[in-house]
Amino acid sequence: MIGALPPLFLPASIGGAIEFIVEPQSSNVTGGKKVGGLEQVIELTITQLELTAIALAISIAVALPLGLYLGHRGTGELLAVGLGNIGRAIPELALIAFMAAVIGVGLLNVSIALAVLGVPPILTNAFVGIHQVDRASVDAARGIGMTEQEILFKVEMPLAVPTLMAGIRGATIAIVATATIAPLAGVLTLGDFIINRNVYGPSGVLAGAILVALLALALESLLAWLQRLLTSRGLRLSAA
Amino acid sequence: MPSLAALALPLAKVGEVGESFFHHRTSETLPCQATDKLFCFDWAKENIGSYGTPTLQHIELVVFSVLAGLAIAFTLALVAHRRRWLRGPLLGATGVLYTVPSLAFFFLLQPITGLGRDTVIIVLAAYTLQIIYRNAMAGLANVPTSVRDAARGMGLTDRQILWRVELPLATPEIVAGLRIATVSTVAIATLAVFAGGGGLGQKIYTGGGLTFKTNIIIAGAIAMLMAFAFDLILFAIQRFTTPWRKARET
Repeated sequence: MIGALPPLFLPASIGGAIEFIVEPQSSNVTGGKKVGGLEQVIELTITQLELTAIALAISIAVALPLGLYLGHRGTGELLAVGLGNIGRAIPELALIAFMAAVIGVGLLNVSIALAVLGVPPILTNAFVGIHQVDRASVDAARGIGMTEQEILFKVEMPLAVPTLMAGIRGATIAIVATATIAPLAGVLTLGDFIINRNVYGPSGVLAGAILVALLALALESLLAWLQRLLTSRGLRLSAA
Repeated sequence: MPSLAALALPLAKVGEVGESFFHHRTSETLPCQATDKLFCFDWAKENIGSYGTPTLQHIELVVFSVLAGLAIAFTLALVAHRRRWLRGPLLGATGVLYTVPSLAFFFLLQPITGLGRDTVIIVLAAYTLQIIYRNAMAGLANVPTSVRDAARGMGLTDRQILWRVELPLATPEIVAGLRIATVSTVAIATLAVFAGGGGLGQKIYTGGGLTFKTNIIIAGAIAMLMAFAFDLILFAIQRFTTPWRKARET
């Protein structure tokens, strides 16, 4: 295995990686066609973001309402928490490979496969977040005449924002990381620079690694900022 | 801490590719393999032996990286326990490590450590830090002040309070973190194949692309079963190291 992939072990430099990102480079195997460069980098970044966004949207649409409902009712703990535990054990590579073989390749199919990774953390955190809201607050809300719906949206959800967002952030990290191996299922993301290393060369691989890391950190910061924005002012004050 | 002697697992050499690595396609293609069924039992029966080495490599990757992660995260937690100002920065730093996708992480380290098993272990260990550190800090923070005061009243020094009172009481949270970290590590270790680190991933992906369904299902199932087995072992350890909890329940 190792002997079969010699280009993989060639050293790469940061300088080479930056050159690869800025300017298309010649490749050994594409027959004179240049690879890399800003245009391709942007294209692959957009695909990776698109894939992540669709997958995240699917997992939120599936897991959030269910988690909120179960948390509000206080039932189904086994389902919500158990699924979270099983979800952590799903091997990403096997999931992508299996889903590609069974439901097929392409942006939507891979999004569905990635959404499988996003559902467990969102579901578990939605359940736990809502469930652990102080029952006294809920009783008080009921006492002043709020409907169940109002209690969920105006009392429980605002109080559970940190936990809800922790679930969404966990899902995002898992999805964007696994979107890196999406080229195996025919969706060319930034991971293509890494996986098809004989096309892009050592500089391309390092460039891909840097870009993927930066993308993940940027998404995580964005969500951290969003979390601060969504947390009510009262909660922020009491936390400080 | 378990002694290093406990690590004396038989070491399977990474990169050592037996005939098992290549599917036994040399003889003839089995009928169910050709029709591309979801699961080819005949093939599985014939080739199940070829999963031995990858499984062993996978276990090694997980055990070494979780133990390394535990040692580092535990030390960080002890340091931050005394120096409150370090808590935020350490949480942030481990969070950054946790956010970097593993595939990128392998190749960011490549110019420094090369590729192979050691690099994979470094990356997997880095992922465990956040979870173990956060749980250890939460466990230590949850020790009631009254318990701490009682210990001090009995004449225990700060060091004695930490090792004899606080850490034992924090054990359930620490092991809970360890369980989450271990299960995730088993799953992520399938990606080690991209860094030449071996493991079950090499049954799913070869340099040429993805393998066929039966192979993927078996490798994935072994990985998931391994995760649950590790979880069960750690759960047993958790019960064993905190006998008073059991006593309280009955």
